[in-house]
Amino acid sequence: MTVVWANLPALQVVIPLIGALLTGFTRRGATAFAIALVVSWIMPFIAVAMMWQVLTTGPITYHLGDWEPPWGIEYRVDLLNGFVLVLVSTIGAVIIPAARRSVAFELEERHEAWFYCMYLLCLTGLLGITVTGDAFNAFVFLEISSLSTYVLIALGPDRRALLSSFQYLVMGTIGATFYVIGVGVLYLLTGTLNMADIASRLGPIATQNFPAMVTALAFLTVGISLKLALFPLHVWLPNAYAYAPSWATAFLAASATKVAIYLLIRYYFSVFGVAINIDALPMSKIMIALSLAAMFIASLIAVFQTNVKRMLAYSSVAQIGYITLGIGLANQAGLTGGLVHIINHAIMKATLFLAVGAVFYRAYTVQLKELAGIGRRMPITMAAFTIAGFGLVGTPGTAGFISKWYLAVGALDKGWWVLVFLIVASSAIALVYIGRVLEVAWLREPSPAIAKLRDPPLSMLVPLVVLAAATIFFGFDTEWTAGIASKAATALIGGLR
Amino acid sequence: MERLVHLIDHYNYIITIFLMMSGLYIVVARGNMVKKLVGLSMFQTSVYLLYIAPGKIIGGTAPIIDPAFAVYSNPLPHVLILTAIVVGVATLALGLALVVRINEAYGTVEEDEIFEQDRDA
Repeated sequence: MTVVWANLPALQVVIPLIGALLTGFTRRGATAFAIALVVSWIMPFIAVAMMWQVLTTGPITYHLGDWEPPWGIEYRVDLLNGFVLVLVSTIGAVIIPAARRSVAFELEERHEAWFYCMYLLCLTGLLGITVTGDAFNAFVFLEISSLSTYVLIALGPDRRALLSSFQYLVMGTIGATFYVIGVGVLYLLTGTLNMADIASRLGPIATQNFPAMVTALAFLTVGISLKLALFPLHVWLPNAYAYAPSWATAFLAASATKVAIYLLIRYYFSVFGVAINIDALPMSKIMIALSLAAMFIASLIAVFQTNVKRMLAYSSVAQIGYITLGIGLANQAGLTGGLVHIINHAIMKATLFLAVGAVFYRAYTVQLKELAGIGRRMPITMAAFTIAGFGLVGTPGTAGFISKWYLAVGALDKGWWVLVFLIVASSAIALVYIGRVLEVAWLREPSPAIAKLRDPPLSMLVPLVVLAAATIFFGFDTEWTAGIASKAATALIGGLR
Repeated sequence: MERLVHLIDHYNYIITIFLMMSGLYIVVARGNMVKKLVGLSMFQTSVYLLYIAPGKIIGGTAPIIDPAFAVYSNPLPHVLILTAIVVGVATLALGLALVVRINEAYGTVEEDEIFEQDRDA
């Protein structure tokens, strides 16, 4: 038992990797699903065990192969990434039961096993990026998760899935290469790849190597922003989410962009923030401007979508804007709001995309005009959609309200009244696009095609209900979301120079 | 003059940046998907140079500790880039596989023709 306990950070990455290998050897979708299910259900236990260790005894550092850092690769878990690990692994565990039927319905039988193989590889990559304390190791995991994501998207039923996957591949590779350029410049400056070591060595040499350091920061920011779909680098996202298999969209929307956001926060606060006075650079102004653009432009585009999945994809771009707004504000309340929205948005978007996946499973369409009256025939599915939709708007009593509250407080702390008004105004746009769906789903008479539908099987309903319940639960009890986010924000801001 | 010498001294970076920009330009400017991938590959390859060139120290030997030598070249960038090359190969392979599938589905690998088809559909 002590062996397991001591090696938790490595197991977090190694177990899904082995799982991916095993699913690669099976040819049957059912076997592959069973492996993916077992692996996904083990992951949260490991993540929670590490989080518990962090909360009781402080950050964990794990030396891979017993090589002393900074020479060897170090896995480092503190409040911030412990929090992201719990999020990603729990979302995977909650939604994996829904995968079986949804995937069997949308994919050819011979592709099913590969789907689970790619999902587990993607999980490996995402957890790896989060757990590692090594800049280059993070790149390798970034590419593992990206390459498997391209395949997941390309497996979508429409031929446009291939095209969106290719476009994502081109943009994602440019992003990842920008990231390596940034890491390379940092390596040339400091001679080390360990993030904590980079931070401590960068400080003393920052003034005389200022241009090189800013170059590294710029490359890293643009590279990671491509991955997290920061406006205007989001153009790959709507098509990728719209044409990917429904379950893959739910998983990716809840995890992939969130992990990229984590990486950005890590570089801003734990690497550059520790080394230099980051306020001297215009980063936070740029961040806030782009976030506002995302919140308004992407929300407005979402209002005019006819495909519900695509609408939710644009909404994702807008919601990512709230998270980056928190990073831009960079004060206690603002950053807490950004961090807590990582969790809240993941839960709400997973609910919404799963609900849309369930609708597609029954109705074989996600075009808004063909979904009239679907709420009356699939009441539980659409109730979950409604709850998560209100969460997205930021209605009090849902998780979304908590994030926006903290963001607004963060803006007030800076004395920016206008920003508070803008946060509320952009939420009103969210109400419009969510409201359009709700109106069609609940208030219209069911069409003949919809009239014979019913709620999807339990394997899809249970994850939906659990996630919808979580949306409400985290709207009232914020100890585990905002509580930990606030502690992580204190630690991050406390480390700033 | 001093600046020029300084620039020429760092010719490895000039080559790197030239390759980087050519690759990126091809990705943006070409509509043919195979050409796009060639550009992408060039772009990635330029980064290999960015890492490897500074690892070499003139007069340095392999990093094996020996009293006869005092200057060593850094072997770490080579190891890192081996990993990056593998990633690059995987990306190119996956990209080309996608292009094959796109060609099967659309009958063309020109981006504008594909957009045309999707607009009609």
